[in-house]
Amino acid sequence: MKTVKHKILVLSGKGGVGKSTFSAHLAHGLAEDENTQVALLDIDICGPSIPKIMGLEGEQVHQSGSGWSPVFVEDNLGVMSVGFLLSSPDDAVIWRGPKKNGMIKQFLRDVDWGEVDYLIVDTPPGTSDEHLSAVQYLSAARLDGAVIITTPQEVSLQDVRKEINFCHKVKVPIIGVVENMSVFVCPKCKKESQIFPPTTGGAEVMCQDLKIPLLGKVPLDPHIGKSCDKGQSFLMDAPASAAALAYRRIIQRIQEFCGHHQPKEEHLVGS
Amino acid sequence: MLRAQGRAVHQCDSGWVPVFVDQEQSISLMSVGFLLESPDEAVVWRGPKKNALIKQFVSDVAWGQLDYLVVDTPPGTSDEHMAAVEALRPYGPLGALVVTTPQAVSVGDVRRELTFCRKTGLQVVGVVENMSGFVCPHCTECTNVFSQGGGAELARLAGVPFLGSVPLDPELTRSLEEGRDFIRDFPQSPAFPALSSIAQKVLSEAPARLS
Repeated sequence: MKTVKHKILVLSGKGGVGKSTFSAHLAHGLAEDENTQVALLDIDICGPSIPKIMGLEGEQVHQSGSGWSPVFVEDNLGVMSVGFLLSSPDDAVIWRGPKKNGMIKQFLRDVDWGEVDYLIVDTPPGTSDEHLSAVQYLSAARLDGAVIITTPQEVSLQDVRKEINFCHKVKVPIIGVVENMSVFVCPKCKKESQIFPPTTGGAEVMCQDLKIPLLGKVPLDPHIGKSCDKGQSFLMDAPASAAALAYRRIIQRIQEFCGHHQPKEEHLVGS
Repeated sequence: MLRAQGRAVHQCDSGWVPVFVDQEQSISLMSVGFLLESPDEAVVWRGPKKNALIKQFVSDVAWGQLDYLVVDTPPGTSDEHMAAVEALRPYGPLGALVVTTPQAVSVGDVRRELTFCRKTGLQVVGVVENMSGFVCPHCTECTNVFSQGGGAELARLAGVPFLGSVPLDPELTRSLEEGRDFIRDFPQSPAFPALSSIAQKVLSEAPARLS
């Protein structure tokens, strides 16, 4: 972890809100600058979807003298997931807490990440073993903070509030909340609908109440799911879409939080 | 979702009394939600503590005579799932209803859930595909918001019945949040016939599949 500059935890209270999709695209977005080294660690031990979303299904992990090598999507984007350790897409990881904790510890300690600017840690939903272990091991090496993903409806927000309380309890700074599946634009008539109605004002009202930054809202774009299924970056597939623009704005705010500065080119001053 | 938030759990001689959610007392509910002081309280427990509570929910709740016990689980194949299977197995018959959304990423995870069922000897009653398409309320065009085909594909892979697809309906979400009776208020909803049909299939096929 000494060679990792910034560490970001991606959390959600609920399953199915688009956390892994967001983690993957945060990684893709940051890695678009080839001078930025990005690492994506998937600690959803039972439901490791990152390999599929990153187009790395079937890849295997290699061991070297310096530890496990992550699987590289690009030269500057490495990925690690328990998915790479399973020999079949049907293999189930039926482990209790202590064994999952052991795996997470290994991922954080034994993977040879190299010099990394951003390590993004994708988690399973909830506030249990995986989250406690990740926070425990990462906090020792300074965790920048957590991004919490939600959808607009109260049932989801209720779980996000628990997640926010979890962060307070374990002293993890909160970078902010992302509201996913915010609004749907019909591809035929272009009119907007709210598939997941924000019955209590959505993430916007919750963030105002709890004084936590709302990093942005991402509309529900059917192309996102399709890109993920194909293992491609949605940011590349549909760069001008409202969803892609929303993602980019959110990524920028995360970078600002982490105090990221673009390396300034030295200009030769003429005498 | 069942309009039971804030209700208290009482004790009787035979154990904890589950909370009835309807006037006819045909549906009772137990959840850790009833044991929290505030809905924002986070339950930050490791596996063993979760397992203990699940065991208690099965053995220490005075469920009474039940035709069906439906157990809602978190995603995954871990402590909660193993604890539930272990605690419920002595009371057989026990089966699983597996829920997915249409996209391949979801199927990729849920097939592991099916392996869990196989390994723990849990008979699968069938697969349900949720969030299966959205009909635009303005122009009635149906869009496959979360791709398509995942449910049927999963059922085929696992050799289990495909029970049906439930479309996305914002009114269903709204009802669950506003504490309304969805079936009474929105009988015209496209989700209603889908849910009905799945329930019917479970009622008619589960007994045979689980015997």
